[in-house]
Amino acid sequence: MLLLNKLAVFVVGLLPLLFFCYRILADQLGPDAGKELVLYTGAWAIRFLLITLAVSTVRRLSGKSALIRYRRMLGLYCWFYATLHLLAIMTYLLGWSWSVFLEEFSERPYMALGIMAWSLLVPLGVTSNRWFQRRMGKKWKTLHKSIYVIAVLACAHVIWIVRSDYGEALLYSALLLLLFSERFYRWAKHKSPAARG
Amino acid sequence: MIIRKAADIASSEITSEQVYLRRREFIGGALIAGAGMALSPSGMAAQQLPRLNYKPVARDADTGFYTPEPATPYADIKRYNNFYEFGTGKGDPAKYAESLSVDPWSLTVEGEVARPGVYPLEDVLAKLDLEERIYRLRCVEAWSMVVPWVGVSLADLIKQFQPTSKAKYVQFETLYRPQEMRGQRSRSATINWPYREGLRIDEATHPLAFMAVGLYGRELPRQNGAPLRLVVPWKYGFKSIKSIVSIRFMETMPQTTWVDINASEYGFYANVNPAVDHPRWSQKSERRLPSSLLSPNRMRTEPFNGYGEQVAGLYTGMDLRRLY
Repeated sequence: MLLLNKLAVFVVGLLPLLFFCYRILADQLGPDAGKELVLYTGAWAIRFLLITLAVSTVRRLSGKSALIRYRRMLGLYCWFYATLHLLAIMTYLLGWSWSVFLEEFSERPYMALGIMAWSLLVPLGVTSNRWFQRRMGKKWKTLHKSIYVIAVLACAHVIWIVRSDYGEALLYSALLLLLFSERFYRWAKHKSPAARG
Repeated sequence: MIIRKAADIASSEITSEQVYLRRREFIGGALIAGAGMALSPSGMAAQQLPRLNYKPVARDADTGFYTPEPATPYADIKRYNNFYEFGTGKGDPAKYAESLSVDPWSLTVEGEVARPGVYPLEDVLAKLDLEERIYRLRCVEAWSMVVPWVGVSLADLIKQFQPTSKAKYVQFETLYRPQEMRGQRSRSATINWPYREGLRIDEATHPLAFMAVGLYGRELPRQNGAPLRLVVPWKYGFKSIKSIVSIRFMETMPQTTWVDINASEYGFYANVNPAVDHPRWSQKSERRLPSSLLSPNRMRTEPFNGYGEQVAGLYTGMDLRRLY
């Protein structure tokens, strides 16, 4: 049953990519397909990041602790779409020119934030398996807390690129704020009896 | 039978090789579309826009009126637009602009001008001959197209209102009609409607400055700024304001929308300039549309979008790095 459920999550994670392939075949991408791929993969990277963070929140609120089993795969999908996003930017916006890449990195803060967020995802993805989990012990948890930093970087990256309509960028930030406040509330509640004692 | 000279054949009428090679698909597609139109009442919306009578452009690149570069296909020009009045997505204008009623349309002319007034659009155009221009269009977002416009020279259009010697600038304004323009109802947009743009009077009366009423030999589609839009090919696309309802002649530099939103990123002049990057992205190159996943079609951006020979003289002595 668990295997079947995991397979289902795996397929769901692939759906955005499959839908994009369908749009390629149906000639629905429009005349600026490269830019379309950049925006699409970026949007799904941040959506999977929020979904991953939401797993723990929903698990705590619903008491269904088994949900944790699907978190790793969702987190890996965030990394997967973020990597596609970076590759698409390199191919369609920067033309794989390293001089342009360095210039963009040093002169455009939103670009630097995005690359930093992606770089921080790399160690999380690499250490996401059981072998590392066991080997790193307590340090593993500390390392994976960096997802909060990544989430803030990603949201800032999205807000920074807005030209005139903040709708979608604000929605992501609001969701992140909600997920953060649940954690803060739990932390404060956990702390206060101890402080009294 | 009339045998037309080559120069009389509008480029929009010449079938590109790509289209020619796919002619069977088109014929097949047309048959299916025809059958569909006969069957469904929504077929009305899919009907082609009326053809216009106009003078085809002379194939002379020196004037800047014509470029031999391949034109962006009609379908792409119609489905990829920045027209925030209908939403910020590139496909939003094509999806939602149908709700705009463009007839009747009037133009308010005011300010430093001998003949101010509210003119029906057909009166404004009555004494002017339509002509074709094939221009490059470079968006500030680093994509570009080649567009066969139909319209009138802006200088000719302006002349009939007799601007006074005090008219140093021209300001244009887009229609404000939130009930038909859903983007104007958005609460998260930072634009203070109506959309406004402006030119210096010598820019506005330059031969390249153009007022379009048509595209590919037909009436302008709504998503492209029907019924009247500006085309200033040496400036970033946002200067080429759409669905214009007002022209105001002014003594001082007018307020414009993008300068209002973010003056450090968008200037009044907004001349295409690869040497001045947008603070958030490079302006050194552009994606010439259509660009696909397999052929991104990236190319270098030229100063004044390649019209330097014609317009650089307008800016002699100005520091264009500062006055971007």
